[in-house]
Amino acid sequence: MAEITLVEAVNQALAHELAADPRVILFGQDIGANGGVFRATDGLQKRFGDERVRDTPLAENMIAGIAVGMAVQGLRPVAEFQFMGFIYPGLDHILSHAARYRNRTRGRLSCPVVYRAPYGGGIHAPEHHSENTEAIFAHIPGLRVVVPSSPARAYGLLLAAIRDPDPVVFLEPKRIYRAVRQEVPDGGEALPLDRCFRLRDGSDVTLVAWGAALKETLEAAEALSAEGIEAEVIDPATLKPLDIHTIIDSLEKTGRCVVIHEAARFAGLGAEITAQINEYAFDLLKAPVQRVTGYDTVMPYYRLEDCYLPDGERILAAVRKTLDYPAGGDR
Amino acid sequence: MHKPRLHPVASFDINFLQYLDERGQATQALPDSATPDLLQSLYRQMNLARLVDQRAVQLQRTGRLGTYPSSLGQEAIGVGVGSAMQADDVYCPYYRETGALLERGVEIEEILAIWGGDERGQDYQHAPEDLPLCVPIATQLLHAAGVAFALQYKQRQMGESARVAVTCAGDGATSKGDFYEALNLAGVWKLPVVFVINNNQWAISVSRGAQSASRTIAQKAIAAGIQGLQVDGNDVIAVRTAVADAIELARGGEGPALIEAVTYRLCDHTTADDASRYCPPEQLEQARTREPLLRLGTYLREQGFWDDGAESEMQREQAEVMERALQAYHARPAESPTAMFDHLYGTLPEAFLEQYEELQYLRARDRQESG
Ligand SMILES: Cc1ncc(C[n+]2csc(CCOP(=O)(O)OP(=O)(O)O)c2C)c(N)n1
Repeated sequence: MAEITLVEAVNQALAHELAADPRVILFGQDIGANGGVFRATDGLQKRFGDERVRDTPLAENMIAGIAVGMAVQGLRPVAEFQFMGFIYPGLDHILSHAARYRNRTRGRLSCPVVYRAPYGGGIHAPEHHSENTEAIFAHIPGLRVVVPSSPARAYGLLLAAIRDPDPVVFLEPKRIYRAVRQEVPDGGEALPLDRCFRLRDGSDVTLVAWGAALKETLEAAEALSAEGIEAEVIDPATLKPLDIHTIIDSLEKTGRCVVIHEAARFAGLGAEITAQINEYAFDLLKAPVQRVTGYDTVMPYYRLEDCYLPDGERILAAVRKTLDYPAGGDR
Repeated sequence: MHKPRLHPVASFDINFLQYLDERGQATQALPDSATPDLLQSLYRQMNLARLVDQRAVQLQRTGRLGTYPSSLGQEAIGVGVGSAMQADDVYCPYYRETGALLERGVEIEEILAIWGGDERGQDYQHAPEDLPLCVPIATQLLHAAGVAFALQYKQRQMGESARVAVTCAGDGATSKGDFYEALNLAGVWKLPVVFVINNNQWAISVSRGAQSASRTIAQKAIAAGIQGLQVDGNDVIAVRTAVADAIELARGGEGPALIEAVTYRLCDHTTADDASRYCPPEQLEQARTREPLLRLGTYLREQGFWDDGAESEMQREQAEVMERALQAYHARPAESPTAMFDHLYGTLPEAFLEQYEELQYLRARDRQESG
């Protein structure tokens, strides 16, 4: 079986669902003949026709809004936004409508839409192309926010997102769209939503990260291992609703936790995870939870991008801080 | 100064449709559909809408209903639109729609429930595919475009019958991007959708003239390449005919239309508003003489299709219907507080169980303490 990249896995999942379910339709800017600016929909219009794989006029608010109308009529719309930084005009429809339809009609109508967007920095893109604002969506009742971090998880989670009866914001870490190749069987098997994935076992410290930041996180875990420190690495994958139990189970073993994300720190998801750990597992902690995040600044132009994004060095420093707590030895 | 020679490349007309003038006189032969039976039923429905509005405002004044947007003076639009639709077309309303909801079969009790703070009010059993009332301005216009796409898609790809989405918004809504984006898309994709603008001259306190320098709202269709028509929004025959024709064209694959229904809001914006702060009283007095019930009533009486007997019979019947609805509204048992979780997701994710149980526990404790 051929090995495929994350973006090819997205394409494979979309093709699988288009073939399997006539209710699935794809639309967005440049997704047709062009196959999307990242090629996530490459070849799909040719294969499934332009009624099912459609270019839209250039209006994100419109894309988000018509998806709601399609979904409440029983279709399974999958809307592509070209970049997460351009999803904001559509927020009104995602937050005020998609997220609330089931509730405001007391279950009469539901809104099974998937809003896809490439997200995150690291590809030397122009301004507004590198945003990491998943916390905006995660804050909203009624939404699911899913971030895959490997080709296999992109495939399985996207299938689950399309089949889910509720709205899902599916954020694709574009920095790792082509970073690794993996065999991903096209068997149509979905992965569970609302569940963390444990990517590495360890007993000394728990590292929680998602999306592209897992690349540096896993590398840091390997570096630590060479020093005899075993890190457990957890990928929440579904950021909302969050499976805190898996993280706490891990803390039972390690007692130490570092949360790593590219998004700005203030009111980022690291804050939520830390708060939940404090509420449920304060007694398990041997050190305060540390956060390694983007800064509370505007995402810089690309020459400063590497200074903004969490790197291995910052992760290792945070891990050392938790291991050394309290500084200087004995408590 | 040098004047360049210019060649017109496109020119357009905006037409106005009216059957009954302000004095209730026919300005042209009525359409065949305007049978005495139909006209009487439109008159009754407009009157019922007015009655529901009136009682809803009373309920609000006595603290038994939340903020309520009346449609006093605009009944011809809701009733005209609702009666023009087939049962299985899909209605995508905004919030000032009592007449249309009644036409769609939504119960009065449900309408009161919505404004009375009970979310079950939008679980319409009599219009199961219609969208709930939309409070954010203009967003429903895009939902209607999406619904229309779905209807078109299900017809083409799944062999379902041809259906149409119909959506309404106020004149203020036409300032929003959603309005233009919806018209634009509907034009490009030739969607089976009819946009009806209730031009009641006000968006809360902002007048129609302050909303747009455009001579008509109907002409905004031109930029999107779709049909635009202005109708007398106080003439229920004109509204119903224009909307019915647009629906049938859309059903036949001819694409979307924009209909501007010109009327006047004879009431406050909502029960939370005081229109005397901004609405010139002479204008309001003038507008009262043009209102839709008076107009159709005069016509029906002059034609011999209506008289005092019919009027008092209708008033008596509708008062009873209203009384029953009020009783049902007051008798509604409260919804369980946990309902706020019950419809959040298809299945409640584990992550919410703790909050759900906390709410259940607190409610049980409250009940124990008060019982
Ligand atoms: C996006 C948005 N902005 C503001 C409001 C508050 N608001 C409610 S009704 C209204 C005026 C709407 O006027 P119009 O569209 O003309 O409809 P009408 O109420 O006159 O029928 C405003 C500003 C809102 N509901 N949604």
